[in-house]
Amino acid sequence: MRKRQIASTVAHRTAIVLYIAVALFPLYWLLKVSVTPNDLLYTEGVRLWPSRTGFEHYIFVLKHSDFPRFFANSLIVSGATAIIVTVLAATAGYALSRFTFRGKYWIVALMLLTQMFPLVMLVAPIFKMLSPLGLTNSLTGLVIVYVAFNVPFATFLMQSFFDGIPKELEEAAMIDGATRFRAFRQIILPLTLPGIAATLGFVFTAAWSELLFALMLISSTAASTFPVGLLSFVSKFSVDFGQMMAAGVMALIPACLFFLLIQRYLVQGLTAGAVKG
Amino acid sequence: MASIDIVGIRKAYGALQILHGIDLTIRDGEFIVLVGPSGCGKSTLLRMIAGLEDISAGEIRIDGRRVNDLPPRDRDIAMVFQSYALYPHMTVAENMSYSLRLRKTGREKIAAAIDGAASILGLNTLMERRPKALSGGQRQRVAMGRAIVRAPKAFLFDEPLSNLDARLREQMRGEIKKLHHSLSATSVYVTHDQIEAMTLADRIVALNGGVVQQVGTPLDLYDRPANLFVAGFIGSPAMNMIEGRYRSDRVSAWVELAEGLILPLHKTLQRAGIDEEEAADVEDGAAVTIGIRPEHIFLDPGVGGFEATVELIEPTGLGTILHLRLGGVSFKAFSLERSDAAIGDRLSVSLPPERLHAFDAADGVRLI
Repeated sequence: MRKRQIASTVAHRTAIVLYIAVALFPLYWLLKVSVTPNDLLYTEGVRLWPSRTGFEHYIFVLKHSDFPRFFANSLIVSGATAIIVTVLAATAGYALSRFTFRGKYWIVALMLLTQMFPLVMLVAPIFKMLSPLGLTNSLTGLVIVYVAFNVPFATFLMQSFFDGIPKELEEAAMIDGATRFRAFRQIILPLTLPGIAATLGFVFTAAWSELLFALMLISSTAASTFPVGLLSFVSKFSVDFGQMMAAGVMALIPACLFFLLIQRYLVQGLTAGAVKG
Repeated sequence: MASIDIVGIRKAYGALQILHGIDLTIRDGEFIVLVGPSGCGKSTLLRMIAGLEDISAGEIRIDGRRVNDLPPRDRDIAMVFQSYALYPHMTVAENMSYSLRLRKTGREKIAAAIDGAASILGLNTLMERRPKALSGGQRQRVAMGRAIVRAPKAFLFDEPLSNLDARLREQMRGEIKKLHHSLSATSVYVTHDQIEAMTLADRIVALNGGVVQQVGTPLDLYDRPANLFVAGFIGSPAMNMIEGRYRSDRVSAWVELAEGLILPLHKTLQRAGIDEEEAADVEDGAAVTIGIRPEHIFLDPGVGGFEATVELIEPTGLGTILHLRLGGVSFKAFSLERSDAAIGDRLSVSLPPERLHAFDAADGVRLI
């Protein structure tokens, strides 16, 4: 019996370690290539760690490429998208969770419908729409498109968080003397922080790594985001892997920081104790 | 404090009618209990008084003022929810003071109000805790405290004790009653538990299927239930119902039960103040349902009893519930005596005529 238990624990742990290794290996490789000097990149064959490391790729990317600009653009676009989407999704999700209104069914159906088409199909019509408005080659245009595509899913996400908060809480607040909006702001919103954090994080990373629209709608370097920028390391005759990986590692930093910031809300179950249980 | 008038209240969700025209006047300082099975509309009615549900038709007045279109915050009522609905991110003190803070009450006044409520409810040592660090009973007290700090016009209770265990429920029931005595606040209390209704109410409103079945004092409902529903709902163990046929001649009235058993109705008629001549309004041969409470059945009366067979014995400590069979009819009898009967024994029982209730078998309305 004991032997069996040990065996099962070992198998369990091994599976977890294997999974983590597989999941994190690409990241490790990214880091490894980014610190491998160019002359060792092809000469050393496949090695887990280069015999000599250096930060020249990072220095080059920061000093001699447009990467800092791409980075700033990405930060603006993703940040703006995340904030706008979260505000819209929180209010829309609240409405879907709490109110019955005419056309609710059709609004939900339409929102689901937008999620059903492959984005590639929509690139051309969207370009056609944004072009006369002067919104191609602009970060604003990109933010509008990202917001439009992220709001439906984020709304459903927020709705499920609101559904998890008993509606008696805001009823109690309204009887205590609050308006519905005040009850939303003072009672419901503080309890939805984990949901808001999750939505912010989800939308931010989605916008951060979006390539298709960024590539199709933006042609000037001045308005490029970093996924597009990464492609600039691919030239006709060669791929500058070292610089590309260095840029990639740096691109990971904001997403990591962001999740570090919100992780406390992601894990916390704030509603515990509201009602029986 | 205030009176509440409910006039012709209806509630419908689309084609589904929940409340079919409720009329009720709740007097200033009265403790009204709305009682009925789940889905009878009692909570809906309470939520309509609170302003949490729209009114489909009719009118609600608090203190003479029509409140149909007033939002909950302007009705000056307090409500205790079944789930307590405490704000999880606030301490007990913050929970209790929230309504006063919204009304911009002064700091000293708030402190005095929550101190007062806390000492009434024994919450003084818990004021800085969050709801999740409280037990069920403590949460229930905080919910009550949140209601009383404000001295509202009326208290609404939506099954406030049903999440507590039996012992705590009994204790809180007593405390609610004491609280009502000291505050003499107009209260509307919803429950499906007839014991809570009986013990707490000044008047009980029995609801079924969105229709008021009877309004009266607890003992009214117990002694003279207006119909079969109330008769079956109030009282535990529940009233025995026996089908029979009403018979009368010019001298007396009786009921024929199955297998030729006869129950004389003479004294029942007298108690009801009905002349036997009048009782002849009930058609001879009409199908009736006879009701008798288990605690009103005499065991071992000596002469004039029926022979019944014991089918099951349930000792409750307080007394004994005997399941009996008389011909084709099963019924229960409750006795304070400890019974030494065994299953299969034959016992003599009598159904005292003055304790019988007679209802129309078709529509359930009380006849006698």
